Amino acid sequence: MIHGFSIVWSERALLLSGLANTAILSAVAAIASLLLGFALTPALMSRKRAVSRVARALVDGMRCVPFLLFAYIVYYGFPSFGVRLDNWSAGLVALTIYNAAYMAEILRGAWSSMPREPIEAGVAFGFSDVRLFRRIILPPLLLSAGPVIGNQMIQIIKDSAFLTIIALPELTHAASSIQSRYYVPFAAFITAVALYWGLCLVIEAGVNLIGQLAEARR
Amino acid sequence: MTGGDIAAFAQGALVTVTLSLAGILLGLPIGLGLALIQWARVPIVARLVALYVSVLRATPLVTLLLLLFFALPNVGVPIDPYSAAILALVMNTSAFNCEIWRSALMNFPKDQYEAAQSVGMRAEQRFRRIVLPQIVRVSLPGLVNEMSLLIKVTPVLAVVGVVDITRAAVRIGAETYEPLPPFLIAVALYAPLVFALVSLQRWIERRQAAAEAAA
Repeated sequence: MIHGFSIVWSERALLLSGLANTAILSAVAAIASLLLGFALTPALMSRKRAVSRVARALVDGMRCVPFLLFAYIVYYGFPSFGVRLDNWSAGLVALTIYNAAYMAEILRGAWSSMPREPIEAGVAFGFSDVRLFRRIILPPLLLSAGPVIGNQMIQIIKDSAFLTIIALPELTHAASSIQSRYYVPFAAFITAVALYWGLCLVIEAGVNLIGQLAEARR
Repeated sequence: MTGGDIAAFAQGALVTVTLSLAGILLGLPIGLGLALIQWARVPIVARLVALYVSVLRATPLVTLLLLLFFALPNVGVPIDPYSAAILALVMNTSAFNCEIWRSALMNFPKDQYEAAQSVGMRAEQRFRRIVLPQIVRVSLPGLVNEMSLLIKVTPVLAVVGVVDITRAAVRIGAETYEPLPPFLIAVALYAPLVFALVSLQRWIERRQAAAEAAA
């Protein structure tokens, strides 16, 4: 057992680069899917029935597909349409599009439960659409949706582990390669689990911080 | 698509459904048991359960599955892919179920429990007749949501050699050099399963909201 951990320690550079890749992949996908979610949310809430129906079908449809299968389709299936992506771009595209559907739904929920008064007051004060969104809607929206967005970020980190199947060198892939080279499965994977746990604790701490901010603003 | 491919998909669907059901049926009571340990504040054990839930909720299913599948034989516990798959699913889902049950237990009105005590109900009766029916009602939407999440992570089980829908699709794609059609068929098999659960969850929520509005 000790022997296993000493091997993992000697391969720490590989594990840490896996951890860094997981963190980068998750962070980029989280930001991109949040932005894409913001673009989708108005369509979900559109008064035009046709627009909101199509957006709803896209979002609900995406949420019914397993992520791993979606990643397979992006990586192995898209070349059939002439879109050939390497494993990094395929992983990022899959993570982003998949989670954008969840982000859109989260933002829609937070948006529709927002009090109407500040928005109407903003309109009355003559805020343009963009400024209304940026100054009046966005700050309380992000604060109130913070915890759920944090949960979704943890989900993104966990989804990113699935990308080991398309040979993306993330944390699980690094642990896997150490285990197959030295046959130290317990030490390799338990270390990976501990690192995932650490990442999630960081996100939870961030969410708590946002919660305190929101509390202070009230 | 040959007849053999259709049979492979049917077989895979059976495996996916069986494993999901096993995960759901074992995960529900285990999650409840873990939540009860935390609710009763059993010394030390409750702390361990909290740690278990925190770690398991952060662990990707692939990583957990690989850990179980490769490390258990290493310590002298031989395990086949299917048992490893069920064990990983149950460990994963029970952590999430525990949180759902626990929040229902924490919000359970204490006065009802005390009333049951004062009319002389035994602990087991109090739980079975007063607490359980109400926490089941409160937890149901969350639990059904967790079931739909569980089905969505089952494709990962193919990584250790479980021949489910995903594995069947990968194999057929590799044989025909046309990966897209089998993957789309796989999506068409998973989506209704997940959609049925999502609809069930919405229906339960609507019904409960209506019942509350009427009360």
